[in-house]
Amino acid sequence: MPTQTTPDVFSGYALSEAFDEMFDAKAQPRRPYRKLHKELLKLTPEELQRSKHQADLTFFNQGITFTVYGRNEATERIFPHDLLPRIVSAADWDIIERGLTQRITALNLFLRDIYHERKILRDGVIPGTVVYTCRHYRRQMSGVRVPRDVYVNVMGTDLVRLPDGRFVVLEDNLRVPSGVSYMLSSRKVMKQIFPTLFRKCGVRPIEQYSQALLSTLRALAPDGRPDPTVALLTPGVYNSAYYEHSFLARQMGVELVEGRDLVVHDNVVYMRTTRGLKRVHVIYRRVDDDFLDPLAFRVDSALGAPGLFSAYRAGNVTLANALGTGVADDKAIYAYVPTIIKYYLDQDPIIDNVDTLLMTDETQRSHVIDRLQDFVVKAVGESGGYGMLIGPHSSEAQRLAMRDQILADPRNYIAQPVLALSTAPCLIEGNIEPRHVDLRPYVLYGDKVTIAPGGLTRVALRKGSLVVNSSQGGGSKDTWVLQT
Amino acid sequence: MLSRVADSLYWMSRYFERADNIARVIDATHSLMLSRVEVGADQRWYRALTAMGLQLDAANSDPQNAIRRLAADVTHRASMMSCLGAARENASQVREEISSEMWEQLNRLYHEAVALSGGVEDDESVMRLVTAVREGSYAFHGVSETTMTHGEGWRFVQLGKYTERACAVSLLLDAYFAAQTQADDLDWIALLASCAAFDSYCKVFTADLQPDRVVELLLVYPEFPYSVRYSVERMNVSLKAITAQSTGRPRAQIGRLIGRLRSSLAFATVSELRAGDLHAFLNGVLDQCRAIHAAVHDAYIDYPIEIAFES
Repeated sequence: MPTQTTPDVFSGYALSEAFDEMFDAKAQPRRPYRKLHKELLKLTPEELQRSKHQADLTFFNQGITFTVYGRNEATERIFPHDLLPRIVSAADWDIIERGLTQRITALNLFLRDIYHERKILRDGVIPGTVVYTCRHYRRQMSGVRVPRDVYVNVMGTDLVRLPDGRFVVLEDNLRVPSGVSYMLSSRKVMKQIFPTLFRKCGVRPIEQYSQALLSTLRALAPDGRPDPTVALLTPGVYNSAYYEHSFLARQMGVELVEGRDLVVHDNVVYMRTTRGLKRVHVIYRRVDDDFLDPLAFRVDSALGAPGLFSAYRAGNVTLANALGTGVADDKAIYAYVPTIIKYYLDQDPIIDNVDTLLMTDETQRSHVIDRLQDFVVKAVGESGGYGMLIGPHSSEAQRLAMRDQILADPRNYIAQPVLALSTAPCLIEGNIEPRHVDLRPYVLYGDKVTIAPGGLTRVALRKGSLVVNSSQGGGSKDTWVLQT
Repeated sequence: MLSRVADSLYWMSRYFERADNIARVIDATHSLMLSRVEVGADQRWYRALTAMGLQLDAANSDPQNAIRRLAADVTHRASMMSCLGAARENASQVREEISSEMWEQLNRLYHEAVALSGGVEDDESVMRLVTAVREGSYAFHGVSETTMTHGEGWRFVQLGKYTERACAVSLLLDAYFAAQTQADDLDWIALLASCAAFDSYCKVFTADLQPDRVVELLLVYPEFPYSVRYSVERMNVSLKAITAQSTGRPRAQIGRLIGRLRSSLAFATVSELRAGDLHAFLNGVLDQCRAIHAAVHDAYIDYPIEIAFES
């Protein structure tokens, strides 16, 4: 497609074959973006840069930073934030909302099943070996009842938009998805910087997320206890998401605890307070399964509390998310999610998956292995952009190494076609340029499914890059879901 | 409140007070060093060092160099910047407990001080750094007072601040009165300035500087915020609130310790102290502060589980 340009701050805006969130193929602004487009045309690059500076300063002073460890010293950087909002139309959001509700419902039924009757395996719909070989399958969870039979209480699903404008699910995050604090803080800053535009556009609010999270957690109390004590378990201040843990605890008004604050006595969990020991009923844990209890899982973990798992099995404390949910976001299971939806709900998926080739399948494997430059290969149990090969951007040596790894352990890899993620306008050194984005909405499930209208839009800030993970040079932007 | 959180609040506050205290002492000592050369600046410097609880070693023998180290050397755990860093580190662990304004003020001050301490080479840059910390600390105290809920956490913040202050002023007094050489008005001005006390002294006693009156103002005067007695009274208020929730042994023990310290200050007279052993008295104050710290720690922060299940 020929490169098209528009004047003013958009003069360097080059459209590609990817779907652009702001402009259609004729370089006209799409309907949801029209007001933003009009406002941006009134601004000079200097004004934009000034607003950007103001936003960054707010993030820095609020301590919304992560630490970069260099040779001699640790420096604090803000999480790169792009000033321009990503806008989602009410119609698109409706599809996303229904699609994600369907997905979390089906995935929960799947988890309930594989830790109890295993009907889906006995019916031969999914091979048992795929489930049992998952790194995050927890045999200890077999037969353990969880409150309301809901395993995944907080889900962060990564959606991407294809050139035809359809959203598809790139991956599910069912363990301890993070980033929601960036969604909330970035909204707060954007309201300060673009108040007029905000009002004109009619943006749906997301500020109620913390209340929704708290009521989700409270709904999970053991024995339906009416006024449970909720705590948020963090690995501690050196964890890269610590800011988020502290932020959410503050927003919900619950204690932020570390493993060393917890004491388990007679299968009951307490926290150590200045007024003595206080019983805890629900723990929103931001610590991975493996580290929760040195008696049940990794013996070298100092992040959890000894005895926590047995209190959990006894039903005296709720852990959210439940243990063992990682089996359902394994990338090999991901390939079966449309089947899972069909099996439990007898529905077609509202939001599709990305085509996924399983390396355990000989035909699919040999197809991929000779054309690695055309595929994205991912390790099944990883997240955060680790263990990934992006074919077109890889070197011969990297491809050869990946080939060996796949052949050595086919179960550990899947391949997907290289997707042209949609692009959205970003402020790059005073100019507005397109960059690839994805979208991670946050889904809550306690007594009902709640989805905050918005999410974290992650941006690959490096030109042409398709990797949006913060660990790999990605940033974020505010996501505006429109009222109408 | 979580025991760990109470502990971090306490130490955030203690370290902050310590950084603030070092800033004042550097400021006062530096000014004294400039005013006079005949008695030898080294001796004043030695006092300030002792008051900081440091040893005079080879690395600190040059006063200018020692001031720079005390202000900005982060490899030196007792330096002003190390203490400020430790205060921030503790605050970062209890972000959900302190107000966001407090965190922002502390964080901003820290980053400003880090930027200023990068190029500490001459007297001017040291003084810029020290001034920034002093001014930032007044802002932090104000923000804390007005934005943090005055609940249980606040009590631990106050306890940390005033315990540190009682100890620091006692150490300073000991350092100035232990030096046997003839002290003159400039020394007393430096001591008073180290405790932000010069104006108050003039108001209470006129500008006529008498050692007895200096001791009176800084040790037993009930209404001056940097006096030991005032600090101990504030400790008492916090301890009362902290112990009010518990009964039994810890409460009685802490009550006894703080009561004894309070009365020793309330009933002391300066003439007796000066005639007797001031050094021993000041050390007694320090020991009692340590005992109170330990008793609070054992009762509320690091108590044995068995005891918790008994009650």
